[in-house]
Amino acid sequence: MSQATIHVRFFARLREELGVSSLEVPFDSAPDLEGLTNWLTLSYPHWQSIFSGPMLKAVNQTMTRQNQALQPGDEVAFFPPVTGG
Amino acid sequence: MSEPVIDIRVGADDFTVQSEYDALCSQNTDDGAVVFFVGRVRDINEGDAVKQLHLEHYPGMTETVLAELAAKAAQRWPLSRIRIVHRVGDFAPSDQIVFVGVSSPHRKAAFDGAAFLMDFLKTRAPFWKKETGPDGVSRWLDARQTDDELAQRWS
Repeated sequence: MSQATIHVRFFARLREELGVSSLEVPFDSAPDLEGLTNWLTLSYPHWQSIFSGPMLKAVNQTMTRQNQALQPGDEVAFFPPVTGG
Repeated sequence: MSEPVIDIRVGADDFTVQSEYDALCSQNTDDGAVVFFVGRVRDINEGDAVKQLHLEHYPGMTETVLAELAAKAAQRWPLSRIRIVHRVGDFAPSDQIVFVGVSSPHRKAAFDGAAFLMDFLKTRAPFWKKETGPDGVSRWLDARQTDDELAQRWS
């Protein structure tokens, strides 16, 4: 059921290092941003070192620096510090 | 002052400075000042030769962030028109990457507004650059501390 998941997306260097651009995480396992990050690094232990570098997070396309509650269907993105312009 | 006119484009298409300037000025008798910035691809970055530049972005979020930055700039300074064009895709040295232009009744507001937009575009908008050298080796660029410091001067 797509309603019961969190859509996770990765961009740029992070996407290349992880080798995946998006995945679905069961909402039950990721009620908040911290829970989602923990679930990802527990499920994919080799991601831990990649996740420990400088990384930004966005919930529903809004950047956030703090932990926050998630809702089923939310889109959470992880990406490196930005370098446009 | 009436609502600012904000125009934001993100895509592969190139832009023409004259057209963007015309759009800031046409039928605009209120504004005595126009400031714009063009960012281009350099052939050397941090000592390394650059043959090709790839620009990735987060579709949807990019446009939202740029619109929010433009709205913030228009709240802070009397800017009547704001235009932001940012390209994505593959580029070569000397290609244009970004256009940020503003018009205002006053010079200082136009300069500050344009600088504010560029400083926050560089530190908030989800774009990422990947360079390829003449040897064919690619590397993602790291964010610069100096860009963060430039953005902080507006807080």
